Amino acid sequence: MNPSSSNPLTFQELILRLQTFWAERGCVLQQPYDVEVGAGTMAPETFLRVLGSKPYKVAYVQPSRRPADGRYGENPNRLFKHMQFQVILKPPPENVQELYLESLGAIGIDLRHHDIKFEEDNWEAPTLSAWGVGWQVMLDGLEITQFTYFQQCGGVDLFPISAELTYGLERIAQFLQDVDSIYDIVWARDPESGSVVKYGDVRLADELQFSVYNFEEADVEKTWEHFRLYEAECKALLQQHAIPEEDQNPRPVSPKIGETRTGHPDQDKTRFPVLAAYDLCLKCSHLFNILDARGAISVTERVGVIARVRALAVGIAKAWVDQQKSEPAPLAKSDESEPVREKKSKKEKFAPVG
Amino acid sequence: MPDFLLEIGCEEIPARMIDAASQELRQRVMALLSREHLSSGEVTQFDTPRRLSVMATGLSASQADVTEQITGPSVSVAYKNGQPTPAAQAFAKKAGVEVAQLEKVTTPKGEYLAARITKKGRSAAEILAEDLPKELAAIYWPKNMYWGKLNERFVRPVRWLVALLDDETIPLEFDGIRAGNSSRGHRILSAGGVTIPRAGSAYVDSLRAAKVLGRTEREHQIRKALDTATRTVPGARWREDKALLDTVVNLTEFPSAVLGGFDPQFLSLPEEVLVTVMRDHQKYFAVEDASGKLAPYFLAVLNTDSDPQGLIRHGNERVLRARFNDARFFWETDQKKSLLERLELLKHVTFQKDLGSYFDKTQRVQRLCSWLSEILKQNGITVRPGVIHKAACLSKTDLTTELVKEFTELQGIIGGLYARAQQLDPTLPEATRFAIADAIYDHYKPESTDDTVPRSLEGAVLSIGDKADTIAGMFALGLVPSGSKDPFALRRQANAIVKVIAEKKLPLRLGELMRDARAGYQGLEAEKKFVADAKFSESIATFFRERLEFYLKDVCGYAYDVVKAVLGADAEDVVDAMQRAEAVKQVLHMPEFQAIGAACKRIRNILRQAEEKGIAPAATFEYLPDSAHEEKNLRAYMERTGPRVEENRSKKEYFDALLLLSTAREHVDAFFDKVMVMVEDERLRANRLALLRTLLKEFSTIADFSEVVTEGKA
Repeated sequence: MNPSSSNPLTFQELILRLQTFWAERGCVLQQPYDVEVGAGTMAPETFLRVLGSKPYKVAYVQPSRRPADGRYGENPNRLFKHMQFQVILKPPPENVQELYLESLGAIGIDLRHHDIKFEEDNWEAPTLSAWGVGWQVMLDGLEITQFTYFQQCGGVDLFPISAELTYGLERIAQFLQDVDSIYDIVWARDPESGSVVKYGDVRLADELQFSVYNFEEADVEKTWEHFRLYEAECKALLQQHAIPEEDQNPRPVSPKIGETRTGHPDQDKTRFPVLAAYDLCLKCSHLFNILDARGAISVTERVGVIARVRALAVGIAKAWVDQQKSEPAPLAKSDESEPVREKKSKKEKFAPVG
Repeated sequence: MPDFLLEIGCEEIPARMIDAASQELRQRVMALLSREHLSSGEVTQFDTPRRLSVMATGLSASQADVTEQITGPSVSVAYKNGQPTPAAQAFAKKAGVEVAQLEKVTTPKGEYLAARITKKGRSAAEILAEDLPKELAAIYWPKNMYWGKLNERFVRPVRWLVALLDDETIPLEFDGIRAGNSSRGHRILSAGGVTIPRAGSAYVDSLRAAKVLGRTEREHQIRKALDTATRTVPGARWREDKALLDTVVNLTEFPSAVLGGFDPQFLSLPEEVLVTVMRDHQKYFAVEDASGKLAPYFLAVLNTDSDPQGLIRHGNERVLRARFNDARFFWETDQKKSLLERLELLKHVTFQKDLGSYFDKTQRVQRLCSWLSEILKQNGITVRPGVIHKAACLSKTDLTTELVKEFTELQGIIGGLYARAQQLDPTLPEATRFAIADAIYDHYKPESTDDTVPRSLEGAVLSIGDKADTIAGMFALGLVPSGSKDPFALRRQANAIVKVIAEKKLPLRLGELMRDARAGYQGLEAEKKFVADAKFSESIATFFRERLEFYLKDVCGYAYDVVKAVLGADAEDVVDAMQRAEAVKQVLHMPEFQAIGAACKRIRNILRQAEEKGIAPAATFEYLPDSAHEEKNLRAYMERTGPRVEENRSKKEYFDALLLLSTAREHVDAFFDKVMVMVEDERLRANRLALLRTLLKEFSTIADFSEVVTEGKA
């Protein structure tokens, strides 16, 4: 029995439909980020783009790795690596919920025959010092999407706000195809022969092998060492770019690596490899997850390590915002940087104390 | 007298917040109307996940006009030679009247010009347009958000506003959205917008046509749908669950229900697990058969009118199957490591960062439970040592199981179930093992004042020991609850301790309990983080006194003054305080005790005044040659009845003791009628003060009667 249509979408058709839908609504179609992340939110297309004042609309698939969730391919509902379809709308249009519901229509879900609810679910990521409020979208009792209005990211209050839609692709495919096991999802169907390739054919091996690696074989000492190396390099980059306490203060600072070349700090800011620093931070986050899955982090240590990754993320967010302000904007450079600050303080003024 | 309507259209408001916010909005509107002198008929609220509305009938169209007098320049300045000066003319102009209409008034400073002006009352529309946005912005939400424009802050984005006086739009604006008469119906069942023709009943009618129902109607419709769906299974009943019902009522605008089934094989999993998955994770109602046993069905409440093709039922069944499969997988995985083996793992689970791991906590709780058992034993109550020791030892081990990691709300319960399923120790008789399992199962109880206490004595001791250890540690760290801040739910835990002691009638004194709990930390690493100890006993005492007060007043229903009086005598022994409260409650209405209450207040005042003047009572009362007849009488009475009262009291026959005390009234009254206490004669005075001091002490052993609210004059 197939709940939605006589011809349910394959996994890849599902992705194609969502991409087409959001591309037609003005989104940049990005490709999956090529560094390990735990969620689509951590890809720079979300983490960094939601910061600052520039409007942005983007959609992408993001394979998301969570080492501790691995089950050696034995559990039909749990994966070490699952696929998210991530949409960022900055700022969100007024009809953002309606757009989202329309996208469900585009993947063959006729809402007149189903039960859809928006249930409170607020999101928080301590490692990113980020949080938002929103819902889990429930379709016939199944959570298919996280819908979040980002409020803060990297410790920075956001303006404008971004709406984040995170579709759980495997769950939606299971729903559409009415299968109990993720591994039975039809990934592709050959239109000529009609033969199918299933999710298990494509992914089962890496579920098994990465479970073995993450739970049993990852060398704890070396993983710690990798963590320390990435952290050190990220910190070093951030220190070079250290923003003086009083942000825009033009007081001369001791020459830093960038400045010795040109003496124009603003121009140099665009050269600062904040994106590379962020990749290093993501590496740390992933290594932390491996160590966690490996049972190598004691509870007392845990808080401390999370704080270390967060410190990197917060530093990067600040640097990125700072860099955006000084990015050469041909039209109104000075206007570009000021409103953010002005608006931020205005926002704080309106926020009730406590 | 138009009807008024305000509707705030929102993206889905969290279900748990709707009731309170809707109530608050209605109260805010009522307060605004009364503040602005706009009378109205009935003010009602209407709410769904996507809207909060307030309706008022028969609103004043505008405020009444107000006439007032304003004073201007003095007459001497305003007129020269009987002619108005420019000052008079300017004043008349400012007041908007002719010079001839000005009046003269006499003030203490002399004669002044005055004008009578009428202030036009503002229209309701004007007032509402101006003030309602402020009220909306002030609604309390546990969590607020920004979404678009800078100053917008609300629980979820506001998308539309309807504000009407009859059929006229009130020109109000909330964060850039102008109110109109256009609302929205059910997301799926109603296409397009809904025009509200006018305020009043037309509003609810229009929404009903657009498949949106008010709260009461939704609840009714859900109950009916659940009944109907359940009837398809012979003999089955759905399990009433008020909290769940409130949730689904506030998750739907037009509800219905479907009955789904699951594989009966899952019934081999503990019912607690199945119900938690259904209720907490899927918001399903559980179904039981005629004998009250869980049946392999569930009820899902939908936010749509029907499921003709059965697709919704099918989808929900698939989700539940996956959830149950997970639970079964966890259950089986967990069995691979026994609770005993898990004890070691607790070293890696933090209890609180300064208080150490759950392994450390387990050791403290084990010790504390032994001490408590010893105290109980001295009072003739036997706690089975083999049960309490093992139960305390294993109580936290389920925190390392997959099932508890997945369903944290089942902590304790899972431990109990596993203890039952596993052979803890081959030498243990089954009955002992089950007793251990039950104690573990119950030890988080009671989770609220409505919850039941642990079934067994061992469960009760473990529950108390566990919570006392937490409270002692937190207080010693200085993490004391204040105001609305109680992140570790210490108040709830203290309430639970009081409730368990009360209902199990345990002879445990709160202060001693907490001293013992504190002593459990002695010499441990955690102690280095503790703040000064003197404050500990003091703040613990105040804290528990408040909890006991709460229990006697709010849970047992004793009057405020009874509770005050009883705790004034002693606030350490919970069971005793309850017995005394019951006795005091029974005698309090007697005229004798009204009089004794008044006398106690009087004695207290006299003693206080004497002390303030530095006048000390004699060490003991003596029969002096010039002692008054009434004071000798009173003393003789006390000597006669005192020992009998004491005997009753020591047997905890408080009602009898109080009845005996009531006979003191005539002697006390006679004393105060005839005898002056604060006389010049120092010896007599000191002697009488001594008598009163002893009397007050004897009266106050059961309750401090000076706290009693007397009906007559004091």
